[in-house]
Amino acid sequence: MGQADELGEVLESSDRREAGATHTVSLTLRIRRYNPELRGEESWWDEFTIQADPDDRLLDALHQVKWYQDGTLALRRSCAHGICGSDAMIVNGQNRLACKVILRDVVPRVTVEPIRGLPVLKDLIVDMEPFFAGYRSVLPYLINDSGEPVQERLQSPEERHRFDDTTKCILCAACTTSCPIFWGDEEYVGPAAIVNAHRFIYDSRDEAADERLRILAEKTGVFRCRTTFNCTEACPRGIEVTKAIQEVKRSILFERF
Amino acid sequence: MTTVHTYDAVIVGAGGAGLRAAIEASDRVRTAVISKLYPTRSHTGTAQGGVCAALANVEEDSPEWHAFDTVKGGDYLVDQPAAQLMCEEAIDAIYELEHWGLPFNRTPDGRIDQRRFGGHTRNHGEAPVKRACYAADRTGHMILQTLYQQCVKRNVRFFNEFYVLDQLTTDGRCSGVVAYELATGELHVFRAKAVLYATGGSGRMFKVSSNAHTLTGDGPAVLFRRGIPLEDMEFFQFHPTGVYKMGILLSEAVRGEGGILLNAEGERFMERYAPTVKDLAPRDMVSRAIFQEIKEGRGAGPNRDAVWLDVRHLPRDVIEEKLPDVTEFARVYLGVEPTTELVPIQPTAHYAMGGIPTDVDGRVVVDEAETAVPGLYAAGECACVSVHGANRLGTNSLLDIVVFGRRGGRHLAAFAQEADLPELPERPEGFVEDLLEGLRGRQQGANAADIRNELQEQMQDLAFVVRSEESLRKMQQILGGLRERYERVFVQDTGRMFNTELMEAVELGFLLDCADATVAAALERDESRGAHYREDHPLRDDEHWLKHSLAYRQEDGQIRLGSKPVKLGPYVPMERKY
Repeated sequence: MGQADELGEVLESSDRREAGATHTVSLTLRIRRYNPELRGEESWWDEFTIQADPDDRLLDALHQVKWYQDGTLALRRSCAHGICGSDAMIVNGQNRLACKVILRDVVPRVTVEPIRGLPVLKDLIVDMEPFFAGYRSVLPYLINDSGEPVQERLQSPEERHRFDDTTKCILCAACTTSCPIFWGDEEYVGPAAIVNAHRFIYDSRDEAADERLRILAEKTGVFRCRTTFNCTEACPRGIEVTKAIQEVKRSILFERF
Repeated sequence: MTTVHTYDAVIVGAGGAGLRAAIEASDRVRTAVISKLYPTRSHTGTAQGGVCAALANVEEDSPEWHAFDTVKGGDYLVDQPAAQLMCEEAIDAIYELEHWGLPFNRTPDGRIDQRRFGGHTRNHGEAPVKRACYAADRTGHMILQTLYQQCVKRNVRFFNEFYVLDQLTTDGRCSGVVAYELATGELHVFRAKAVLYATGGSGRMFKVSSNAHTLTGDGPAVLFRRGIPLEDMEFFQFHPTGVYKMGILLSEAVRGEGGILLNAEGERFMERYAPTVKDLAPRDMVSRAIFQEIKEGRGAGPNRDAVWLDVRHLPRDVIEEKLPDVTEFARVYLGVEPTTELVPIQPTAHYAMGGIPTDVDGRVVVDEAETAVPGLYAAGECACVSVHGANRLGTNSLLDIVVFGRRGGRHLAAFAQEADLPELPERPEGFVEDLLEGLRGRQQGANAADIRNELQEQMQDLAFVVRSEESLRKMQQILGGLRERYERVFVQDTGRMFNTELMEAVELGFLLDCADATVAAALERDESRGAHYREDHPLRDDEHWLKHSLAYRQEDGQIRLGSKPVKLGPYVPMERKY
């Protein structure tokens, strides 16, 4: 087949694909509510039904509810394409970003709850402070006291690749709040903090790996992990969180500071 | 209840510019950073392709070539001394980010790798040059994370999920801001010697936008309401490659790595519009070319209103290693497999070249004589230095935030070290109380989402890539009607805690202000330059329009337009060909 024919075929099939799904479908959202100003400490379920484009995001559906049915519905969101990390929530039992769930995958009915293990403040909004406190505890910044060269520090592509996976973290808390150990033990720093420690421990330019490993070897650190892989499944960035935690464990055990 | 805080310096916004300024200021003076989002949620994190600096790590380059490209790319509306300074300081700014740990991609010999980007050329337009430093297609994410990490290290004081809603001025100098705390609904007065605005963009004026829901022009609107002019608001960048219908950015790095654009007939149409650099022409030209293809019936997709982005010919490892996120966006949001299928794209509202007028030290300057308001600063997308002129080159926004965030933060701190603490005006929170009571006080009224939808749809139709006197007059009329409806907006949530409905209504007011300024300035400028294209005046008119616009909100609500000259330099305006 010639190149022109091949292109023609791709153009045709692309056009056909685009011609699909422009109809709307009915979606019922079952949402866990909490609003101490309205109903005290009790939480409850609300159901809303909307008409939506199946190619839209769950975030768009939540907006429709908020904008046209119940303005009090509270959630965080910003970028709406999975980068800012604002809208982690439990969707049909799994931690997801609402802006990365496409409606065609959940119609006709979807259940939405706030992420677990952090205090709920209103509807889908939780208190993120304990999460960020865990993050801050692992020294999440480059430490190098050897003086700065005039130009860049050299780092080979292989050295750079060593910690690539954990640089992707957007601090959305989907991993940490999927972890059963974190639910039961608020002292545990949680997967996201370990991911952010990992990002520096294996960076060839950093000089404080020992200090971070010492922090993570403590009772609030990596050995709380029971390798359930919830965190890896929950990560919207595809980070192999459990693997990162195992690498840190191994470094503590075998390359001990 | 209102709480009063006292700081030497306040920074509003915690994206790249705000965080970079905070690093600079917090070491020297008592600094508070006020942000309506957690800092890592800021939109800097979504920037993808790279940040340019003439490091010459991969091939010959110089800051002077970079400056020329910036000026030409901006269609000669750029203040040339500012662009020269930015391109010279770029090199040090990138090394600084690397020293702070930014994980740039590397060359085989361990240096920062660089790649091609639209409008960046060797030796004044000869050929594309590899100038963009990058970390896969997550460069903005890495910059935001790295700057936030440095703030954590320095124990910077953040007030997260606080919305700044008013600027305080005492005897002509800046005396602080008033903020609304989302968690409690309480007002906070921040008394300060100096304030720097770094609130980002206003792309949510348009229906198809790469911008976050939260990019509602807050800083520019707050100051506009207090008589500070907005500069060059008619220049809004429409990025050529947004995800069809959704507007999510697909980085120019896709074309930098060899991706091409095709029309419905499978023709690589950019060869006709920019024979030398083709698909890597500046964004305004590519967006207009796409509009032209669609207008002439060569648009793709069921509605013939898209074109294709084609990366099928790129090596797998380039797609997976250098463009992983944009590849995923195509898969998740379009259900398209870019390695074997074509990706439907359309131009998306992306970046405000205009904004709060500043000098190169971030000082807000309010008139033709560049009179500064003592203690008032701005940096990043909300500001207009102007280094982007009529059309920003790709990567120069990330450069802008680190270079001018640093300069602004430094100058802000020096000012605060010297100045005494200004008195607060009487009843400092009065303006904000009235604003919120107005919104909260109604039992029924107009729906804010309806008004916002109409604003976005009409701006998309009438003030997008192609404009005319007729379309802009119509838009002005529509804005008048939307304003009337906005005065009757009803907020259903009467609570104090996390009343995001109330804040969305406030943000809609900010968007309307930005749209007013944008449309007024676009109507006045009867020429075409950079991103501002008037089909009734398709040519650039240097005789009348080689100048910046200044839009002032007057006491009676009307907009008055002024101007100030472009600061020229070595580059004589010539016809823009690529």
